[in-house]
Amino acid sequence: MTTAKTIHLTLKVVRQTGPDQKSNLETYAARNVSTDMSFLEMLDVVNEDLTLAGQDPIAFDHDCREGICGMCGAVVNGRPHGPQEGTTLCQLHMRHFEDGDEVVIEPWRSRAFKVIKDLVVDRGAFDQIIQAGGYISINTGGAPDANSLPVPKEMADQAMDAAACIGCGACVAACPNASAMLFTGAKISQLALLPQGRPEAKRRAAAMVAAMDKLGFGNCTNERECEAVCPKNISIVHIARMNREFLKAGFF
Amino acid sequence: MNWLINVVRSSIGKKLCMALTGMCFCGFLIAHLAGNLTIYGGKDAFNAYAQRLHSLGALLTLAEIGLLTFALIHISVGAILFYGNLTARPQRYEMKKNTGGRSLGSATMPYTGFLLLLFIVFHLMNFHFVDKTRQSIFEIVSAAFQQPLYVVLYVTAMLVAAVHVSHGFWSAFQTLGLNHPKYMPLIRLAGLVFSLVVGAGFGFLPIYISRMT
Repeated sequence: MTTAKTIHLTLKVVRQTGPDQKSNLETYAARNVSTDMSFLEMLDVVNEDLTLAGQDPIAFDHDCREGICGMCGAVVNGRPHGPQEGTTLCQLHMRHFEDGDEVVIEPWRSRAFKVIKDLVVDRGAFDQIIQAGGYISINTGGAPDANSLPVPKEMADQAMDAAACIGCGACVAACPNASAMLFTGAKISQLALLPQGRPEAKRRAAAMVAAMDKLGFGNCTNERECEAVCPKNISIVHIARMNREFLKAGFF
Repeated sequence: MNWLINVVRSSIGKKLCMALTGMCFCGFLIAHLAGNLTIYGGKDAFNAYAQRLHSLGALLTLAEIGLLTFALIHISVGAILFYGNLTARPQRYEMKKNTGGRSLGSATMPYTGFLLLLFIVFHLMNFHFVDKTRQSIFEIVSAAFQQPLYVVLYVTAMLVAAVHVSHGFWSAFQTLGLNHPKYMPLIRLAGLVFSLVVGAGFGFLPIYISRMT
């Protein structure tokens, strides 16, 4: 274990005062950053200095800071959630940066995600995709006996892999076409793989894809950038399953 | 028919159009290459092959109409997707890095596609829409490839085609939903081999012909 160091960084942050305003790149010095800090803690420190200096702090989304809520995220040096694979921005630590590094920080860019302020974007489009069919409409009643509905372990595992999606939007941010197919594919897959989700699988796939198309996301061209940046390592296998479910719904 | 229109108008439906027509073109490339290989059998073998092919008559015309229809679908849907994807991100990034998913083929798909369209028009004007009554197809082909510019153009076009299919082949499987962790590495490998076969198979032909006489 190496002990914490202190590094100095130059931040180039995209600032935007509000929706429909022009954005511009501002330069800030982040001095005396402990390498044990997370990326968001580093921004907290920069924001403290900005506040004390009477300037507007950099707005960014965050909540759990444990990598499980899906609130945080920014494009750091050209890569959503920063340079570390399978990691959300809050779980990225400053030990992955070198003293003197220049760090460019930008919000997710997509027609479907409007910038609210600085690095905060409106991901309501994802909610609308879920509202179109990302659920099971059954009267739950009492919990059924655990053995009454057997699910093969493999299927349960695959469904869990898809359900790991935290809806952060990094897939859209990374996609050269700003497509939301990894998100939608994961949400369709997690239900299509389980017996509880099968009865509505067709209707769900058709409705969710239609919603996704309407919201202004781009089209998938199988660039595979999404799965490379996904903090939950969700595979494009789930996009293929969505394609199957959608085509089944369309043709049969 | 409403259901069909709904499917085709969706994003996945458009991808399906690209995948299915693209797959047909892959099949066409194999048939075209197999036919062209008769040139290694010499002048007579090549002319005989061309004659047999044209003796198919109506069947050949039907295939040509089919290919033309597929080409129109592939080009128009491709153009719609390209435009849609351009507008999906109105504000660009200051800095954007590829994270390892993108390949040379996937990143250049619309551009290599456009170049191939230009090439196909040029190619048809060279060897298809020409007077074949007074000279044999072999004479036309060997006369064309006496010009070094033609050789360079054709070899370049075949490299472009190889890059295009290097992404297109496996991509079609993914779009059709044929992605399985066990078979996907094989499909990707097959795509790579196929692109090499297309690039080398077609690419060596102009060079060989130019050195024949």
